[in-house]
Amino acid sequence: MSPLRHIEPDTCYLVHLPEPDDFDAWRERARTLIQCGVPPDRIVWTAPGGAGDLFAQGDPRLPVPDPEAPPVRASRRFVELARNAMLHTDAERFALLYRALWRLQANPRVMEDKADLDIRRIEELDKAVRRDSHKMHAFVRFRRVESDEEENGEHYVAWFEPEHHILRANAGFFVRRFANMKWSILTPRGSLHWDGETLEEGPPAQRADAPTGDPMEDLWRTYYASIFNPARLKVGAMLKEMPRKYWKNMPEAALIPELIAGAQKRELQMVAEGALETEDRPETLKAVDKAIHQCRRCRSAASTTRR
Amino acid sequence: MESQPILERLEILADAAKYDASCASSGTSSRNSLGSKGIGSTEGMGICHAYAPDGRCISLLKILLTNHCVFDCHYCINRKSSNVRRARFTPQEVADLTLSFYRRNYIEGLFLSSGIVKSSNRTMEQLIEAARILREEHDFRGYIHLKTIPEADPELVHQAGLYADRVSINVELPTDSGLTRLAPDKNARQIEGAMGRTKDDIAEASDAKRKFRHAPRFAPAGQSTQMIVGADAATDADIVGKASRLYGSFGLRRIYYSAFSPIPDASAVLPLKRPPLIREHRLYQSDWLMRFYGYKPAEVMQAAGVDGMLPLDIDPKLAWALKFRDRFPLDVNRAAREDLLRVPGLGVGAVDRILAARRHRTLRLDDVARLTQSIAKVRPFLCTVDWRPTTLTDRADLRALLAPKQEQLELFAA
Repeated sequence: MSPLRHIEPDTCYLVHLPEPDDFDAWRERARTLIQCGVPPDRIVWTAPGGAGDLFAQGDPRLPVPDPEAPPVRASRRFVELARNAMLHTDAERFALLYRALWRLQANPRVMEDKADLDIRRIEELDKAVRRDSHKMHAFVRFRRVESDEEENGEHYVAWFEPEHHILRANAGFFVRRFANMKWSILTPRGSLHWDGETLEEGPPAQRADAPTGDPMEDLWRTYYASIFNPARLKVGAMLKEMPRKYWKNMPEAALIPELIAGAQKRELQMVAEGALETEDRPETLKAVDKAIHQCRRCRSAASTTRR
Repeated sequence: MESQPILERLEILADAAKYDASCASSGTSSRNSLGSKGIGSTEGMGICHAYAPDGRCISLLKILLTNHCVFDCHYCINRKSSNVRRARFTPQEVADLTLSFYRRNYIEGLFLSSGIVKSSNRTMEQLIEAARILREEHDFRGYIHLKTIPEADPELVHQAGLYADRVSINVELPTDSGLTRLAPDKNARQIEGAMGRTKDDIAEASDAKRKFRHAPRFAPAGQSTQMIVGADAATDADIVGKASRLYGSFGLRRIYYSAFSPIPDASAVLPLKRPPLIREHRLYQSDWLMRFYGYKPAEVMQAAGVDGMLPLDIDPKLAWALKFRDRFPLDVNRAAREDLLRVPGLGVGAVDRILAARRHRTLRLDDVARLTQSIAKVRPFLCTVDWRPTTLTDRADLRALLAPKQEQLELFAA
């Protein structure tokens, strides 16, 4: 990349992004900076909510690229990855992505090198964000509140605590799934409200803003406890997919400690009940007949078909 | 019967359904509820909405319509001669419960199965009715898995596929003799006949869909089945053989293996003790080797011992590699994809990453370490520009070096 006449060779730039998850804003600024040939180590990126670099100094005004400057190249794979990795809370993400974009100009195939440290880091960020999004799709729990303003007075409200800036990016999933429901998702980073037609964004919320229960949760907890098979306790496998940090917002999770504690006892009971069938002596001929037909105590009785 | 509170019936009918291993909600057609009157979406990937302490995913509301049953299968908790509490739901109640759970984002949909009441046809009609209420009256667009009953009228089984994303028929036991002994009312030929018809229906519908956009869907997520492991004397080799025949003949999406677990009020022909859970895990691994790693069934069986059982302490891929050491070490920078897939410790993802990376550089050992989970595990089987395992591959104690360390025995283990 040839240095351009518009910038001083050692000017540093301080680039402030309007939102922590605004990929398009980052892309627009990054494009300008690349076209002006500003190398990665002379840019400090900040966004609201990030710790930022308190002592960062630099010119907050972006340079103006030469109209003749070559267009910025980015592979589709890069844009796809960057758009998602941008949602991570890692304060280094903007600089990391800019560095990759910078290197992409000289080597268009740099994204394919899976052993490269930058590329690996971007993929890690992307993976963490995808996991967080997936867990949001899975673990959001709506609670119904009756609202009397409208005739269709059902409003479903959830409180969720995502790890990354994923709320806005995942609104579409909930809109497509619950298109005809009126719902809100409240999080410490912001909130979403869908009324069946339009989506609105709201300010950060607190747990106390969300309802504390739903009558359906008793049925759901009953289901959770009953579908669990105590003969196959695998707590590690559960924790790997459903880490404790999610438990506090899932109504069924309160049951987990007692289910684990009771599991061995329940299994032993199941085996014991299977082994010892002590029945009362039958009193009538009819009862004797029934008992004979139900008896499974020896191999020959058990493998007979009776019709 | 209906005077039983719904909470109690849910407890009984969910408890009775837990021996079905499948909870998958993936791989169906993509759809959502935008612009509809209904609710629900499926976007390819299944979602596990919770995990139980048994490590299994909870994706669907998995219940029986009823656990009354006229059959007497020994391994089944709901068999006629068992003394379990009985309950039943109406199709309407199942639909309402599904919708209530779905709206709160607890589930992806419904997995409905049933004991056989009155007749196979009558039962099949009730299962279909629950699915019909959801699809037609509520325009439900979430996932539905229906268990179909092989003894029922083929026309009814066909109708189930029109509402469901996936249908399944359990083969139950890996051998015909096991089925005759433990499930006297079931018939292997009848089960396979129904699976064959379902396969044809699925093929026909997807063919029609290619020609006409509005052709009716038929089980777009395919069919699956389940085998119980450890209730009869079938060896792992028997099971692998049966599985590969089933995959080949019926185009199944999945075969589930369910380690027999002791059930209350068990029948005396059954073992009282459960088989080790790890056996089920090894069978799933062998299933994966056939489906994603290009192993032929006979090759998986080579990993088993003379008794036809897969080793429990190491996985079948490592067992196979230790038997055929002359095929290793492989040169990471030159070996073909299908050969790299045979390296213990290299998954499909790692192999693809290696193939992509080696187009850009000649791989060294620490490059490989970055691309794989555990370099210690793959090192004896690979060469890089700066690494040769020399005698490591041929060491007699290689198995001991690579086998996971035995956990210390629990003092109070049951």
